[in-house]
Amino acid sequence: MNPSLPFFVLATLSVFSALMVVLSRKPVHSVLYLIFCFFTIGGHYLLLNAQFLFAVHIIVYAGAIMVLFLFTLMFINMNKELEPHKSNLLKGAATIAAGCLLLVLVAATKGAETLPAISKTSDIGTVSNLGKALYGQYLLPFELISILLLTAMVGAVMLGKKDVE
Amino acid sequence: MEFFLIKLVLVLIVFLVSLGVAAYSTYAERKIAAFLQDRVGPDRAGPFGILQPLADGLKMFMKEEIIPTHADKFLFILGPCIMMMTASMTGVIIPWGHGLEINGTFYPVQITDINIGILYVFGVVSIGVYGIMIGGWASNNKYSLMGAIRASSQMISYELAMGMAIIALIMTTGTLSVREIVEQQHGIHWNIFTQPLGVIIFIICAFAECNRTPFDLPECETELVGGYHTEYSSMKLGFYLFAEYINMFISSAIISSLYFGGYNFPFIDQLGLSPNMLSMLGTLIFFGKIFFFIFFFMWVRWTIPRFRYDQLMHLGWRVMIPLAIVNILGTGLYVLFKNGQLHF
Repeated sequence: MNPSLPFFVLATLSVFSALMVVLSRKPVHSVLYLIFCFFTIGGHYLLLNAQFLFAVHIIVYAGAIMVLFLFTLMFINMNKELEPHKSNLLKGAATIAAGCLLLVLVAATKGAETLPAISKTSDIGTVSNLGKALYGQYLLPFELISILLLTAMVGAVMLGKKDVE
Repeated sequence: MEFFLIKLVLVLIVFLVSLGVAAYSTYAERKIAAFLQDRVGPDRAGPFGILQPLADGLKMFMKEEIIPTHADKFLFILGPCIMMMTASMTGVIIPWGHGLEINGTFYPVQITDINIGILYVFGVVSIGVYGIMIGGWASNNKYSLMGAIRASSQMISYELAMGMAIIALIMTTGTLSVREIVEQQHGIHWNIFTQPLGVIIFIICAFAECNRTPFDLPECETELVGGYHTEYSSMKLGFYLFAEYINMFISSAIISSLYFGGYNFPFIDQLGLSPNMLSMLGTLIFFGKIFFFIFFFMWVRWTIPRFRYDQLMHLGWRVMIPLAIVNILGTGLYVLFKNGQLHF
């Protein structure tokens, strides 16, 4: 058996579900495919032995954020008639913008370190190692991110308030 | 190969025991309700009605299967499947006993002791919400949808406080592995004594997560017909109801292993029994604790009336979460004080 078979199976599923997010007719189905996509990506983390990252990915993205997405979609009755018509110019611009983003993302991986897709020996993702890295080597960025998140939270509460002068 | 076989047998046993306990929880629920209301309860099937769960199961299987015409058929079937699957997945990380030593090899009575331990439970529980949401939405019925939305917002709200209660626990134990947490509570060094507030928060949140009274608003029949499972019939409804009982069993097991010592009991070292005997006795005592908490779940159900929805949200966001944050701060001070890093 090819040792990287689990990787290819997972990768195929990820790409398939990611495509279905865009191609599904019903918005609720799109969200469910997105959740499935998150699970396959979580599977990649597991292959790299990053169990903590896997758990957090599932709890935060699949378990909390997507629940809120689904929540909102269930309230809104999306109809074909209500969907705003988009001009060809807009569609073209969107395609070019998304293509540029793809180019940037692919280019960013050029200088990156390469790791095997499946690793059993690496313990880089275990809780204690991750904790030591975050609170030792990367303490300042970690604390800065917490301030960023707090600011975003306060901002969201402000925007969500109904009667602000 | 042998390792694989042992784990397979263990998985099968845990699965069957969860199903068995869940089935007899339905019987216990009716008997306890009857006892608390001064009635007899089910007493027709077998002596003391002991075969009642089998009769109920058979009835569920024999009922007509109805899928509403405008329902999303695939998602309608997927809903109860997710619910049942996530309910039976959490039993994996619970240490049911210390372990048996046979022919010099040590076999722990736990399916797997993963590094992330308790986070795995949270992951699975947060996926369980989808079972209710998908089922409620796919039914294409406004009562189902309302029930599903209530259920999911309730579960998200209480998951937060529950997670914070766990953070305080992890600060004192220093590990995520459930087995290590249980081992640390040897004898009577139970975590309830270091985390008294955490226990209360965790148990209340467990009630909300299992959709049990006083938080059973998702299936509040006076307002919402049957809640998210209004359109379900036959064994699909059975799965929804059954998953609730499995969840109750598993959360009782988690409460007793995190805070009430798991398979540890007082005077464990003074008995002078062989390690294997002690381990088996420990498993029995663990089940005793689990059954006590299942009884507690039912006791509360017939004692405290249902909350109003705004009261539920108020309790979740304005009482439980601030309390959990205070608990984290207090635990932080306690840990510093215990390690001698705090000077007055």
